[in-house]
Amino acid sequence: MTLPDTFVSDRLARRQVRHAKERAIESILFLAAFVSVATTVGIVVILLKESFVFFQQVSLWDFLTDTQWTPLFADAHYGILPLLSGTLVSSAVALLVAIPLGTIIAIYLSEFAPFTLREVAKPFLELLGGVPTIVYGYFALLFVTPLLQMLYPELPGFNLLSAGIVMGIMIIPYVSSVSEDAMRAVPMALREGSYAMGATRFQTAIRVVTPAAFSGIAAAYILGISRAVGETMILAVAAGMQPRLTWNPLEPAATITAYIVQVALGDLPHGSIGYQTIFAAGLTLALVTLLFNVLGHMLRKRYRQAY
Amino acid sequence: MSEAAKVREIRALIAAHKRWDLAFAMLGLLALMVGVLTFLALFGQMALEGAPRLSWEFFTHFPSRKPDQAGILSAWVGSTLVMIVTAATAVPLGIGAGVYLEEYAPRNWMTDLIEINVTNLAGVPSIVYGLLALGLFVYQFGFGQSILTAGLTLGLLILPVVIVATREAIRAIPAAIREGAYALGASKWQTTADHILPYSMAGIMTGVIIGMARAIGETAPVITIGALTFIAFLPAAPFTGDPPAGLFDWILSPFTVMPIQMFNWTSRPEAAFHHNAAAAGLVLVVMTLSMNALAIYIRYRLRRNIKW
Amino acid sequence: MVAIPAPEIVPVTDAAAPVPSKKSESRGLGFYYGSYQALKNINMPIYEKQVTALIGPSGCGKSTYLRCFNRMHDLYPGNRYEGNIMLYPDHTNILNPDVDPIEVRMRISMVFQKPNPFPKSIYENVAYGLRVRGERKRALLDEKVEEALRGAALWEEVKNRLYDLAFNLSGGQQQRLCIARALATDPEMLLFDEPTSALDPIATASIEQLLAELKEKVTILIVTHNMQQAARVSDYTAYMYLGELIEFDATDTIFMKPKNKQTEDYITGRFG
Repeated sequence: MTLPDTFVSDRLARRQVRHAKERAIESILFLAAFVSVATTVGIVVILLKESFVFFQQVSLWDFLTDTQWTPLFADAHYGILPLLSGTLVSSAVALLVAIPLGTIIAIYLSEFAPFTLREVAKPFLELLGGVPTIVYGYFALLFVTPLLQMLYPELPGFNLLSAGIVMGIMIIPYVSSVSEDAMRAVPMALREGSYAMGATRFQTAIRVVTPAAFSGIAAAYILGISRAVGETMILAVAAGMQPRLTWNPLEPAATITAYIVQVALGDLPHGSIGYQTIFAAGLTLALVTLLFNVLGHMLRKRYRQAY
Repeated sequence: MSEAAKVREIRALIAAHKRWDLAFAMLGLLALMVGVLTFLALFGQMALEGAPRLSWEFFTHFPSRKPDQAGILSAWVGSTLVMIVTAATAVPLGIGAGVYLEEYAPRNWMTDLIEINVTNLAGVPSIVYGLLALGLFVYQFGFGQSILTAGLTLGLLILPVVIVATREAIRAIPAAIREGAYALGASKWQTTADHILPYSMAGIMTGVIIGMARAIGETAPVITIGALTFIAFLPAAPFTGDPPAGLFDWILSPFTVMPIQMFNWTSRPEAAFHHNAAAAGLVLVVMTLSMNALAIYIRYRLRRNIKW
Repeated sequence: MVAIPAPEIVPVTDAAAPVPSKKSESRGLGFYYGSYQALKNINMPIYEKQVTALIGPSGCGKSTYLRCFNRMHDLYPGNRYEGNIMLYPDHTNILNPDVDPIEVRMRISMVFQKPNPFPKSIYENVAYGLRVRGERKRALLDEKVEEALRGAALWEEVKNRLYDLAFNLSGGQQQRLCIARALATDPEMLLFDEPTSALDPIATASIEQLLAELKEKVTILIVTHNMQQAARVSDYTAYMYLGELIEFDATDTIFMKPKNKQTEDYITGRFG
């Protein structure tokens, strides 16, 4: 008997049971992956929902321009500028520490250091970045501030400077490891071309490797900025929690993040405007960090594609 | 100019350049030293101030208004319980998501959306997770200011870490092994469960350990959801309530964790409390550093043993 | 389904020897990697319990063709099959989308170019194909593992260390392990993708000898870039070039009296 070409023997026909099981497993795994999307949606919804209620009582203009942030006082002001200034000043101090040191370390480890030193330094830096931030906060308040007070006795016990410095040191591993990855991705062929012309290691590192790795290094800086802006505990402990519009790092001030902690430590009834202020503040923070994250991501994609 | 003079000139130039080389190398070492010194100062100061406070009583007493009687019992018990919930959340979700993205996901907009979200969430400040938890878990879902909420929050926080570690571990498996399994008639799930997961488990565990180390030290999101800073009782021991709900009473009880205890003591003006804070900090640092060191060690051994 | 005429290819053999039955037949087979056509209108039989070799220069499509037989291409997105590959005696089209690739792979096994043992014990490597089918009885597994290892001429060397890691075997032993693994499930057809290109000459010789023994039980299709190997081990040879089947015939004919000039040029080394 000749069978038609389209005949499908039972043995090779699709087995329904196995396929149903495989599909069920795939659905479960998909749901696990979808949790990340759900989390983002959750964050957006919660922040917007509470901020919406907040902005029905406080105008956006006041929020952005008022120079006082005193939501819990009788005469309440809701200007975000004081909190923003605290965040910006402390981040600036941190970046002044982290960017130069992080870049130098990255260049040194990538181009100069002998193999064994690099193998020891990298895990060490990773450990440095793994210290809980509350411990760094303690360190800033009870070690760095007294130390600085020896140099400058008028320094207040709470100040943005020591918090910023310690935050900077905490961020160094982030900056150095991403920068170093970017530099290692530069092909040896470029370096060989430079050495072949009689350049020294320093010249090659500065003139050839660093420019070639530029978008990756920029991504590292952006990562550092994003981390600095989002940091909470070091500032909550060492910079004080008094919102103050100041650009002077030698003064105490509160950041957006420290304010949220302060409110959470207290006892605010759910639904009160005080409760909603932390969401408005949180929304501001989320938007700023989102901006930096997107920028950093685009830069990182560029340097990965280049090689 | 004579040949000899030209050569002298070149040699002087090279010598000058080499001095720059040396100068930068020293600068680099100095920069590293900043990190080393910071670490030593931090550790040293905490050890100096805190080590004398470490004692059996310190671990078995509740916090108290009298600094020398205060202890971290509620804090470390709370941390342990929260970590259990965190692991129970992050490990299955993270590994599942990682496996899905590497083995099952088709190249379409939904997959891109998921990947963008994972990358994005890794960069969200931890306090924003606290706000999410406050609005959603504490009030909307009604879990209250409990261990369950804290565990879920921290689980979501470290989820990107576990997902990325899972994906990288799976990517390290060569295609030839996968093809070998399929060629023998294995189904997708059989290949994943019999080969992909076992071979990538060490790499995945590295990521889980690093994530957990981070979660133990997180303060901001846990404060935000309303963990109390002064707790003088322990959550009910598991399985002591009336079944069935009572078996898990502890999961909904108020609590505190180690970093919050340290924060509380650091914020007090009395120096004696600062010593307690140092001791708590010492315990915390030793815990997180040993976990990180363990993960680094596993990763190092992995790289040496893999013979693909 | 477009009916594609299947040209009857009658091999030129000794008049007294019977023409063997067909195990498989490709009809109008085409294959696309995305928009690039890698195989064009292949029409070719595979004879039962014979060794058929696929030869041709790099990039001619022989590995691509081989991987159609066990639907390996299904693992990667963007690929497309055209035409049929018929499997006898049940007259099934391997490429039919309704046909489960998993079941195809249970009937047709593959040995890869670079030995790819799993990071498990020797025993577990060989038993995996059976476990995948749900086989759990220890006695049966033991028996099949031994049978497969004997069939791959590896039993004597490993019988005392079945639970050692497969990675500890030499390259040639690993490849024989992969052959045992493929044999353990009693396949109807065995696909070999350049099985000796990663092995030294002594290991190569032992594998070639194995092929001669294996063909008594299984139909074999082997891709090789080594012409001399094709001449040594195969009964039928197909010469491919740029995705097309140029000539298919008994090995002796291909190597001594090729009908096509292109075949002759390749065989004699005028180009390669």
